[in-house]
Amino acid sequence: MSDAVASIRTSRGPWATALRRLSRDKAAMACLAIFCLIVVLSLLAPAYASFANTDPFRSSLDATVEINGVEVPVMEESTEGLALGYTPIGPTWQLGNYFLGADNQGRDVMARLLYGGLNSLLISGAATIITMVLATAIGLTAGFFGGMTDTILSRILDVLWAFPVYLLAISLSIVLIAQGIDLGIIVVEAGSLWLPIFIIAIVYIPYIARPIRGQVLALRRSEFVLAAIGLGVPEHRILLRDILPNVSTTLIVFTPLMLAINMLTESALSFLSIGVQPPDASWGTIIQDGQGLLYTRPMVALAPGLAIALTVLVLNILGDGVRDALDPRSKIKLGGD
Amino acid sequence: MLLALIRRFGQMIFVMFGISILVFLIFFATPGADPASRIAGRNASPETIEAVRKSFGFDQPIWVQYYIMMKKLFITQDLTSFVNRGWKVIPAVIDTIPVTLSLVIGAAVLWVIFGMLFGILAAATRGSIIDKLLIAFGLVGCAMPVYWLGEVMNLFSQSRYHDTWLFSWVPPLGYKPLSEDPEGWFLTLIIPWITLAILYIGLYGRVLRANLIEAMQEDYIRTARAKGLSETRVLLRHALRTSLISFVTLFGLDFGALVGGAALLTEVVFGLQGVGKLTYDALQNLDLPVIMTTVIYASFFVVLANALVDVVYILLDPRVRSA
Repeated sequence: MSDAVASIRTSRGPWATALRRLSRDKAAMACLAIFCLIVVLSLLAPAYASFANTDPFRSSLDATVEINGVEVPVMEESTEGLALGYTPIGPTWQLGNYFLGADNQGRDVMARLLYGGLNSLLISGAATIITMVLATAIGLTAGFFGGMTDTILSRILDVLWAFPVYLLAISLSIVLIAQGIDLGIIVVEAGSLWLPIFIIAIVYIPYIARPIRGQVLALRRSEFVLAAIGLGVPEHRILLRDILPNVSTTLIVFTPLMLAINMLTESALSFLSIGVQPPDASWGTIIQDGQGLLYTRPMVALAPGLAIALTVLVLNILGDGVRDALDPRSKIKLGGD
Repeated sequence: MLLALIRRFGQMIFVMFGISILVFLIFFATPGADPASRIAGRNASPETIEAVRKSFGFDQPIWVQYYIMMKKLFITQDLTSFVNRGWKVIPAVIDTIPVTLSLVIGAAVLWVIFGMLFGILAAATRGSIIDKLLIAFGLVGCAMPVYWLGEVMNLFSQSRYHDTWLFSWVPPLGYKPLSEDPEGWFLTLIIPWITLAILYIGLYGRVLRANLIEAMQEDYIRTARAKGLSETRVLLRHALRTSLISFVTLFGLDFGALVGGAALLTEVVFGLQGVGKLTYDALQNLDLPVIMTTVIYASFFVVLANALVDVVYILLDPRVRSA
């Protein structure tokens, strides 16, 4: 029996083939495992806080901690420099016992790191979903209906695209973060997590909507869509049954990369104090908390930065793997060989 | 060619107009709070808010408000901060431009040189351990938040290893003008340059490597090899030329974006008083006129830079030139 016949017999369809290809990609699978581990650890944040018996959102300047049987204050009187003020305790490397030390308000950095991870993942995840949904809706509408609709939507996307990402995000944040937004139906309180989610989601829409629109324009002229139109299939059915499945690979390829970009953007906004608002934590806000302690207690800033770098790294490698699995021809484009 | 130039110019004007409207709407028409009290800043007195309402025309129709804002920004240039009373914003922004340009241009020189070296070396040694190490370096470089990398650099060069031979030359954080103290200018900027460049070296190296590998499969490369040219010459003279196109395009976009605010985080971490640091300080005390000015000036700069890159393309591309 020839190989060709064997391969026909075992043909599984495009999705199963891609999944199989991805599962053979060792680097991508390792990264997926690490990412899942990060998610699980973050979800365990409340459990860790109760295990360590700390409240990561309230300052505890007069707390004490027992290390090897000795009672030590969390905020030690400073002996360095001018010996003014207090220095928080450094890493004890004992789980549940100020593992990574305390920040300048005497809060357990490890507990805040886990809670921060939860917020960072939540914001980048929710923003990714909103960007994908809105960008797909805009891309499909503009590409499929063409004409005036396309012109207006494309011009709006052009303006958003030309607007530097951080400047747009800063403008939106500074206006919204202090007072929230009141749209009549939707009321978002100042300091709500929804604000950074919406801001990040809006900023990246053109980066997804433009390629989707391009793809839909090409699909619109393809034979099977023309045939469906000729047969009198209703437009919404063509969009959902014929066009959407064909752009879904693009969406899937973009998802891990978008997550990574959103995570970096969220941390940057939080670092600039226009993202997650205190006393809530995210990896960016913890780095900001650690800025003043950089030379005395560097772990406060180092740990969340390492967490961001690791998460973004595994998402990028996973993204490359997903792209190679769904479209082997594109393998040449970036990295890999 | 003239038609293409005019079309590109028209598009640029349209985008600038769109951005100015968008900024206006964000700052003045976002539902939720009174724009006058936003502009007046934190803990403003009722008299200040009343003065702002009058000077920005918030009691007048919305297009009059837009006109007043544009006039204050571009024609009379007399926008003042209400947090630091009477402080003229636009001269302050213009004063910070040399700092940002020094940072971005220096970093750009580094990332172009090392990005090209990285790409060529990785493509030439494709599949070897050197190639794999370079790719790993590129991936890690892209994954680190730039402000965090800056803090790590500070931790090593200013504190932990400052007393060793490696970092004893590093001056304290801050900026020294090139015209007054060229040596100090260079020394204070070396670490910020490296920090900012690391991210882009990885990115550009990976893009160039991929393009080179793609170009090496083209027919003209086979011809060059068949002529008996050395492998180095084929790579550097024939493959590299076509591969540089996307490198240049990326460069135009990234350079514009960096000057237009993306260098903000680096400036903050290293205490360089550039446009980004000015924006950051304004963010900390909710000084909206300053933010409005930096946002609109910087985004106009980016739009202009992108248009210039396209104009250079139109001028260089023989297909457009002859038309």
